[in-house]
Amino acid sequence: MPDISRETLLKIYRNMVRLRFFDDKVNELVASGIGITQHSTRGQEATTVAACAALEPQDYVMPYHRGWGWAIGKGMDPKILLAELLGKKTGCCAGKGGVHVADWSLRIMGRPGVQAAHVPLAAGVGLSIKFRKTWDVVLCFFGDGASNEGNVHEGINLASVWKVPVVFICENNLYALFTPYEETTSVKDIADRAQGYGIPGVIVDGNDAIAVYEVAREAIERARSGKGPTLIESKTYRIHGHTAMDRFHLGGYRPKEEVEEWEKKDPVNRLRERLIEMKTASEAELGEIERRAKQEIEEAEKFAKESPYPTVEEIFCDTYVE
Amino acid sequence: MASREMTYGEAIREGLREEMRRDERVILLGEDIKINVWAVTRELHKDFGERVINTPLSESGFSGAAVGAALTGMRPVVEIMYADFTMYAADSIANQAAKYRYMCGGGEFKVPVVFRVAGGGSANGGGCHHGQSLEATFIHFPGLKVVFPSTPYDAKGLIKTAIRDDNPVLFYEHKLLYGVKGEVPEEEYVLPLGKAEVKREGKDVTIVSYAWTLHKALRASEQLARERIEAEVIDLRSLRPLDKECILNSLQKTSKLVTAEEGTKMGGVGAEIAAVVAEEGLQYLDAPVKRIAGAEVIIPSSRYADQMVIPQVEDIVRGVKELF
Repeated sequence: MPDISRETLLKIYRNMVRLRFFDDKVNELVASGIGITQHSTRGQEATTVAACAALEPQDYVMPYHRGWGWAIGKGMDPKILLAELLGKKTGCCAGKGGVHVADWSLRIMGRPGVQAAHVPLAAGVGLSIKFRKTWDVVLCFFGDGASNEGNVHEGINLASVWKVPVVFICENNLYALFTPYEETTSVKDIADRAQGYGIPGVIVDGNDAIAVYEVAREAIERARSGKGPTLIESKTYRIHGHTAMDRFHLGGYRPKEEVEEWEKKDPVNRLRERLIEMKTASEAELGEIERRAKQEIEEAEKFAKESPYPTVEEIFCDTYVE
Repeated sequence: MASREMTYGEAIREGLREEMRRDERVILLGEDIKINVWAVTRELHKDFGERVINTPLSESGFSGAAVGAALTGMRPVVEIMYADFTMYAADSIANQAAKYRYMCGGGEFKVPVVFRVAGGGSANGGGCHHGQSLEATFIHFPGLKVVFPSTPYDAKGLIKTAIRDDNPVLFYEHKLLYGVKGEVPEEEYVLPLGKAEVKREGKDVTIVSYAWTLHKALRASEQLARERIEAEVIDLRSLRPLDKECILNSLQKTSKLVTAEEGTKMGGVGAEIAAVVAEEGLQYLDAPVKRIAGAEVIIPSSRYADQMVIPQVEDIVRGVKELF
C-alpha cells in the first residue's frame, strides 16, 4: 500500500478524470471547426496531475505545451481555462494568452509557445525563491523533443550550479511531432543526462499515477530542503497525435499496434483499478466523481461559449506596465 | 549643483551601486562580472556579496533566468558582454521578456529586468562577432524599451530609471564610450526614458544621432558651422519609445534631416526615423532625407579597415552638404 492519503489519491483521480473529459471536449470543439491549438493529453494524464498533487499551493508550475494537466492539476477551474482557449475575456489571461495559459494566484507561470524557452526561466524563479527565502518549489515540465534544446541544458545547468529548488519533469512520449524519439536522441534514457549536472536522474512509469506522485514528492522535498534540482523522466505515450491534424496517424509514422498496446496501459483506468483493489473507494464513489466531472466540463463549455470576447481597448492594453 | 568628472563606465557603476543600495531586489548577473572585461561592475561583489552572480557562458540561459527572477519579485540587471551575443539571448529577450506580461493577461505579471548590452565599437578590430550595432534589431519588439546613452551624465540617470521601470529594458552601452569622461552631479538624479535631447541648436539642418556617432555628429556640426551651415544635433538617448516630438519640432525649424548611426543602413534606426518623418512631417522637408549609417558589408576585423565601414565625421559633413 502506498503511503498516500485517501484524500490525495481521490484528488489525483478526480483531476485525471476532469482532464480526460476536458481533453475530449477540446477535441470535440476542434472537430466542430473552432480553432484551438490542442496538444491532447490522452494517455498522459498521470504525470502532470500526480506531480502537481505533490505541490503546496504557493509552489510554482512552469508549464509546457502539451495539454492542460498542469493547469487542472494546480487547481485551475476548467471554465476559466476553456474560456481562455476560446479567447474570451473571462479566461485566465483575459483572452489574450489563448494557449499561453497562466494564473498568478495559482502560481501557474505562462505556458510558452517556444519549446524549452521556459526551462531557464524556471531556474530564475528558483533563484528568486532562494533570495526571498520563501521555501517554495518550482515544477518545470518539458517533453522529450524539447530535451534536445540548448535551453534545457542551460536551464538545468544554472539550476544545478545555483542549487535552487526546481524539479524538472521530462514527459517522454516517444515522439516529437511525427519524429520517433530514437531518430533524434542518442541516449535511451533522458534521465541519464542528470549525471552531467551532478543531480539525481529518476525514471518513472509515467502511466502509473501513484508512482509519479511518489517520485515527485521525494524530489520536491529534496528541493525544498535546499538540496537542489532533480531530473525526472516520465516514460509515457500520447494516444492521440501531436495536434488534431494527425489524428489519423499522418503517413503511418507510428504503427497502429503500438497505439493499441499503449491504450491497454491507460493511466486513468489503471488508477481506477488500483483504487478499487486497495479499497480506497467504491465503484459507486468513483462513478460519482466521473459523473460530476462530466457535468462540470459541460458547464465549462456553456460558460466559455457564452462569455464575451475582450474589447479592442482591452486587446490594446498590457503590452507595458504603465 | 556640485559635480565631478567621471567616465561613462564609472557613471554606470555608480548608478548600479546606488540602486543596489536603494533596493535589495536588484541583483546582477552576467559572465565574469566580478572582474568584468568592461570594468563596469568590477568589485561590486565586495559590497553586495551574493547579489553579484558570475554566470556560466549561457546567454540564453541566464537571460531567461533573469526573466524568471523578475517575474517573481527580483529586479535583475543582466550584462551581455557583446551586443553580438544578444543573438543567443534573443528568445529570452524578445519572445519571453517582451511578451510575458501581455500573454499572461497583465495584472501581477511584470518583468522588471534590465539587459545591459555592450554595443557598437566596430572601429577597434573586434570584427563581425564583437563589433556589431544591433540595437535596431530590438526596436522592432513591442514590450521592450531600448536605451542608448552617449554621456556619463545620461548613462547614470538612465540606468537608474531603467532599473526602477517595471518593464524589460535593453540598455546599450557603447564600448568606445566606457573611458570617455564627463560631468556627473554629486546629488542623486534620474532621467526619463523616451526623451531625446537637443545637444546643439541650429537652424539649417537637423542631425539625429545617438551614442558614439552622436559625438561625431557634434564634431561634424563644428566643421559645418565654419562653412556657415548651422546644424541642430539631437541625441535620441531612447530608441523605443522614440521621441518623435523632439525630431518633428526641430524639422519645423530646419527643414532638412540627416540621421547618423553605426548600425547598417537597411532596417536601421535612421530608417525608422525617416519613416516617421515621411508619415508625420513630410511637409516640413525641403530636401530628401539623408541616412548616414554603417556600410552594407560584414565588419572586417582589421583595426583600420573597419573604420572604413562605419560613419566618420567627414561622412556626416559630406552627407549634410549634399542637401544644400
